[in-house]
Amino acid sequence: MELKATDVSFKYPSAKEYLLKDVNIELDNNKIMGLIGDSGSGKSTLCKILSSYITNYEGSVSFDGNPLPKKGFKPIQLIYQHPEKVMNPKWRMSQVLKESWDVTDEDLEEFGIQKSWLNRFPQELSGGELQRFSVLRSLNPNTKFLIADEMTTMLDAITQVQILDSVLKVVKKRKMGFLLVSHDMDLVDTICDDKIYFKDINGV
Amino acid sequence: MEKVLDVENVSISFMQYTKGLNQRDLQVISDLTLDISEGEILAVLGSSGSGKSLLAHAIFGILPENANQMGKIKYKGKELSQADKEELRGKDIVLVPQSVNFLDPLMKISDQAIGHTETDEEKKEKKLKQREIFQQYNLGPEVDEMYPYQLSGGMARRVLVSTALLSEPKLVVADEPTPGLDEKTVQETLNHFKQMKKDGIGVLLITHDIHAALEVADRIGIFYSGYVIEIAENKDFSGDGENLLHPYTKALYKALPKNGFELIKGHQPLHGEIQQGCPYYDRCEMKFDRCKDERPELIDLGNKKVRCFKYEEEA
Repeated sequence: MELKATDVSFKYPSAKEYLLKDVNIELDNNKIMGLIGDSGSGKSTLCKILSSYITNYEGSVSFDGNPLPKKGFKPIQLIYQHPEKVMNPKWRMSQVLKESWDVTDEDLEEFGIQKSWLNRFPQELSGGELQRFSVLRSLNPNTKFLIADEMTTMLDAITQVQILDSVLKVVKKRKMGFLLVSHDMDLVDTICDDKIYFKDINGV
Repeated sequence: MEKVLDVENVSISFMQYTKGLNQRDLQVISDLTLDISEGEILAVLGSSGSGKSLLAHAIFGILPENANQMGKIKYKGKELSQADKEELRGKDIVLVPQSVNFLDPLMKISDQAIGHTETDEEKKEKKLKQREIFQQYNLGPEVDEMYPYQLSGGMARRVLVSTALLSEPKLVVADEPTPGLDEKTVQETLNHFKQMKKDGIGVLLITHDIHAALEVADRIGIFYSGYVIEIAENKDFSGDGENLLHPYTKALYKALPKNGFELIKGHQPLHGEIQQGCPYYDRCEMKFDRCKDERPELIDLGNKKVRCFKYEEEA
């Protein structure tokens, strides 16, 4: 499977200059890729384009040769740095999970989620615990590609290992694609097969 | 070196309503002990959401009303009352907040850096001082007239740091000063703390970023489930981590990508689910029988401190 962006350019409506210019990137599910770049350089915007959260860009993005689906479940899932911003604060965690798919007890255990947490509201859990939910939620059986945008930046080193270990097990088992966006060079070197420097692919 | 800050056995809990009129007392910080001398940087390292920011709030006396704080906070050996804190904050003890969101979006930078003034003379004097310090931090005169939204990440950080230094403080408390910045700006921010250290200011760096802590701090306090479980020296974080004492600190060090990316199971018990004994009991590899029911105190080993029965005899 192949996720491909061709000549993607983008500027925010209020900005004068382009943030992304003629970006070309090809990703597949054979290699775990790392994307490295400075904050504010447009990495996250590219991630949103690749996962079809931003649609008013120039150029094209294709997945297995087809354009990204406009409605329904998004096969390319994006995980952000701050899990508390992507959950309904008035839902209990069980509902937050169910929004995406019915996870099994084994899944919960693999991701280190205690049963008792399911009854809580997002604000009653720590960042590391919420991120476990956020990641598991994104692993709907229809997900084909996962983009982790600074997914573990806010977490301590131990939780970082735990979450990445669980995710990569699933990614390998289901033969999914995985892109790790990070500023942490050591981390990228540790878990990625290959890396791309953002400034090399962005033509601004 | 004179001690500027002593935090002794501080605990913080919150009174919460659970259902109807039922209340519960939720313990968030159970036992926090640390000290900072002049010209020393001490980092408190804890994961996000672990409640370590409350320490800063406790020092400045800005905990919410339903909070209940026990233990002692001393400045230069004198225990601080709420009135003392209100007197000292913004003068001898200052805060470098986490982000530009702490600035007033509708006020020009220079005006909010100077703050409230009674007379025109005072204002002029403060304005001169402000310009001088801003210049040291590479902030040109044009910055004075800007509004917060016009600042870049790095500039905002320099504004926050230089504003904090306006009152010539003895103690700077920095709450998560590095996240969301690129490497260059992080480095620049950390250099500011190194400069403060040179100027003899004590710095309390509250962070979840172990790299930042290791880069600047002389000692590092590890915060786990509401406890300080170890205060280690910076140089102990080297090699295989064999000089680190607490098993959690060792595991944390070895989990770093460049030190092996080692996996250990379990999670930090959250507020309200911490058992009777040692907070690390469930995950510990070298636990004794007594650890289940007995809670170890922070043992003083000279420059280091650790909360673990294993080191009791060495003390």
